[in-house]
Amino acid sequence: MKLKKLIVASSIVATSLMTNFAYAADNIKVGVLHSLSGTMAISETTLKDTVLMMIEDQNAKGGVLGRKLEAVVVDPASNWPLFAEKGRELLAKDKVDVIFGGWTSVSRKSVLPVLEELNGLMFYPVQYEGEESSRNVFYTGAAPNQQAIPAVDYLMDDIGAERFVLLGTDYVYPRTTNKILEAYLMSKGVKKEDIMINYTPFGHSDWQNIVAEVKRFGSEGKQTAVISTVNGDANIPFYKELGNQGISAEDIPVIAFSVGEEELSGFDAKPLVGHLAAWNYFQSVDTKENKAFIAQWKKYIGNDKRVTNDPMEATYLGFKMWVKAVEKAGTTDVDAVEQAMIGIAVPNLTGGIAVMNSNHHLSKPVLIGEIQEDGQFEVVWETPDTVIGDAWSDFLPSSKNLVSDWTAPISCGNFDVTTAKCSGQKF
Amino acid sequence: MLRLLPLLFLYVMSFNASAAVSEIQDKSALPALIEQLPTTKLNRMAPLIDKIVATSAPQTRAILDPLLTGDLYYLKSNKQVVSAYRNKQDQYELTDVFTAETLPAVDKSAIKKVRTNNRLRGKIRDILANLDLRSDDASIRITALNQLLNNPNEIGIASVNKLIKEEKDEDARELMSVILLVDQLETGNKAEKLTAAQQLSGRLEPTVKNALVKQLSSLSEQPETAELRKVLTKAIDDIEQTASVYGMVENLFFGLSLGSVLLLAAIGLTITFGVMGVINMAHGEMMMLGAYTTYVIQQTFPNLIEYSLLMAVPAAFLVSGFVGVLIERGVIRFLKGRPLETLLATFGISLILQQLVRTVFSPLNRQVEAPQWMSGSLEINPMLSLTYNRLYIILFALGVFFTLLMILKKSSLGLHVRAVSQNRDMARALSIKSSWVDAITFGLGSGIAGVAGVALSQLTNVGPNLGQAYIIDSFLVVVFGGVGNLWGTLVAAMTMGTFNKLLEPSMGPVLANIIVLVSLVLFIQKRPKGLFPQKGRSAE
Repeated sequence: MKLKKLIVASSIVATSLMTNFAYAADNIKVGVLHSLSGTMAISETTLKDTVLMMIEDQNAKGGVLGRKLEAVVVDPASNWPLFAEKGRELLAKDKVDVIFGGWTSVSRKSVLPVLEELNGLMFYPVQYEGEESSRNVFYTGAAPNQQAIPAVDYLMDDIGAERFVLLGTDYVYPRTTNKILEAYLMSKGVKKEDIMINYTPFGHSDWQNIVAEVKRFGSEGKQTAVISTVNGDANIPFYKELGNQGISAEDIPVIAFSVGEEELSGFDAKPLVGHLAAWNYFQSVDTKENKAFIAQWKKYIGNDKRVTNDPMEATYLGFKMWVKAVEKAGTTDVDAVEQAMIGIAVPNLTGGIAVMNSNHHLSKPVLIGEIQEDGQFEVVWETPDTVIGDAWSDFLPSSKNLVSDWTAPISCGNFDVTTAKCSGQKF
Repeated sequence: MLRLLPLLFLYVMSFNASAAVSEIQDKSALPALIEQLPTTKLNRMAPLIDKIVATSAPQTRAILDPLLTGDLYYLKSNKQVVSAYRNKQDQYELTDVFTAETLPAVDKSAIKKVRTNNRLRGKIRDILANLDLRSDDASIRITALNQLLNNPNEIGIASVNKLIKEEKDEDARELMSVILLVDQLETGNKAEKLTAAQQLSGRLEPTVKNALVKQLSSLSEQPETAELRKVLTKAIDDIEQTASVYGMVENLFFGLSLGSVLLLAAIGLTITFGVMGVINMAHGEMMMLGAYTTYVIQQTFPNLIEYSLLMAVPAAFLVSGFVGVLIERGVIRFLKGRPLETLLATFGISLILQQLVRTVFSPLNRQVEAPQWMSGSLEINPMLSLTYNRLYIILFALGVFFTLLMILKKSSLGLHVRAVSQNRDMARALSIKSSWVDAITFGLGSGIAGVAGVALSQLTNVGPNLGQAYIIDSFLVVVFGGVGNLWGTLVAAMTMGTFNKLLEPSMGPVLANIIVLVSLVLFIQKRPKGLFPQKGRSAE
């Protein structure tokens, strides 16, 4: 089934490439740099489809600046160095005007030098660990202060948590996030012995010890909460073990940063009910824009069971913003669009307005949702206002003096406010 | 602890209620309170629930029970609050919470859930526990007492004080006395504290230890508290000592559990690799097929989830065994005596099988449900509980092991297999069809892998990559145990599992894995043939 869809999709792309070849110069080219094979294909294929859907929608409205949009889809195959190669191909050979792509941080880091060398423009739609701000990238996913920090505030204020377990998969995003969180918790007066940190390999499936340890750690009289940056596959055995060892969400709630609707779809969510996740978007949020978006997605993909998730909203916002910026600048020239982007506002799918800030990060609301039996989330808490994405965390000694501002006169991604110098490092 | 405050407030209220705040006690206030449920914001829900409880109306349970389980809804049309349960036609059966009258079933779109969160659920659980203290069922009383022990509140303790004299059930009475002692430890005078501390020594409930520790840290270093401090310290030491013993037992169980998974994964390989000398890289995919068989059976018989695993075991054996025979007949027999080519060919087969599953099912993981009897845990005491799924899998692994042992030792098939593996030419001279034996042996090994897959479907994700996660471990176990020796496989699997789990608490899972691997490499350097090498001519 998947295969058939892939063949259909690629033949559509191929035919559209061929038919447009004659007057290709008139079209605005949009590069799509998402893995369509390999381990990340599960998540990234959805985003490729989202971009194609948005392009189709925009073309139906008459395109941009009177020109049609044309997608150029490449497959970096979950192979990080290939992201750089395919990025170069998009910019140098296909001469695309903008790229939507990337999921893992390592894929973004891989394509970054190419973007800066060839002066490309990329929209990155996934929550990430921050500590980066490139002139050539717009980050439409959450920075740590738009996901992790509010989640901790929720746990402390609403759940009354005093002890914290930071569980993560052993790679860069959990390690950096946990470093930020540890510093933040300490600044809030949580003692070192009340923080437990544990890393597990990718796809870890034997959680007996760790869950027993969490249970012991949580039974010492203080309200305990788990902050999980456990990635993908390993989550289900983890939650199963929690259920089997009799730890309920009321005793020790788990708040996850990498578990969304897509990850839960098709799973028996019963053992997970009551556990939490922090995102900027949930499919269950009841707004007119969201309903329209979900309906559009289900129609485009031709499957009523498909869900929407946070990175899809981030892709949607990025695309809408880019269209607005191009119309504002009157050109697709990267430098002009980059400056036009700053200050662009687009309605969020969850209500309110997302604004692109001068540090290339979005202002977005933060939502905390409880997992329901059907694999959807019920919002139990949200920030009263939108939160400005912070590229450089204030809680890490190495980055607390850095700010990013791509408007004149600073025009720098890592400006040190104490020395008033731009470090010159490009990303 | 914060949970306590509203309850305390409620407690005080219930005393004053008769005199001053009589309208709260009024049962007629309930409909108005219920009406507020749909519109009240989450942070205002707690006081509302307090008011509902304070009416002490008989409907309280009918409201709180569904609210706790997330089955309390309201009709979008007229905001009527109902409990709703999905029926077989995907519609919702409604019951009005106030009148208990049944309403016509509706679609999901007509109703909306009354929101709760973890904090509210905890509060409701406390309230229900206090109501349950008077239940006729001893097991319900014990659950309620455990809840009260973990989240003590004044109303509950007051009821326990009254109820303890009439309590007939021994376990319940014991729990009650622990609750009262913990309370005395916090609120009593010096003499009471002293006796409480003495009597609480040796209790295993975590709450008891926390109370003791809290009490000890609140005492100042003065001579008049010296005796109490001594008693407290001794009580805490006693508890910690018992805790460390149970901690060891628990780790041992975890180790055996991991060992049993390794055993299941490796035991089929012992036959194909050990007996036939075929390096079968597709062994993991045989397990994957077994797991997918479980999935298919659950999809085919959605009403028989409880028995699905029992049905899946023979089915998975047949499916994987059949595929195994096909592989042997179709590929491996043409590559006899060329191990490198067999390795590459079976690796290719493993990729083909993975892709096949991706195309037929989907690249996404499939959901295999756990039957009721496989979930939860067996509570031996408050410090030690063993999860049922692990417990059954240990027993299952041992069962498979001994069955296989019997087949090889006692059946004529086993005799033939052993004969062929020891001396093929001689066996053939004695009119044993060696090629037939090869096919059956390979099928048997693959079938056992399929059976292992059924067990794994309960522990890990059922997806195309399931097999890859276990293939390396399986080879390690077989090599460590000594090629072709079933007992060696058993000992090796259990040793590796226990060693890994004993290291894990102090080093973390990543480092523990590395150390196990390195020790294994060193061991193989010393004894290249593993723990139990085969002796005699067959070893060559």
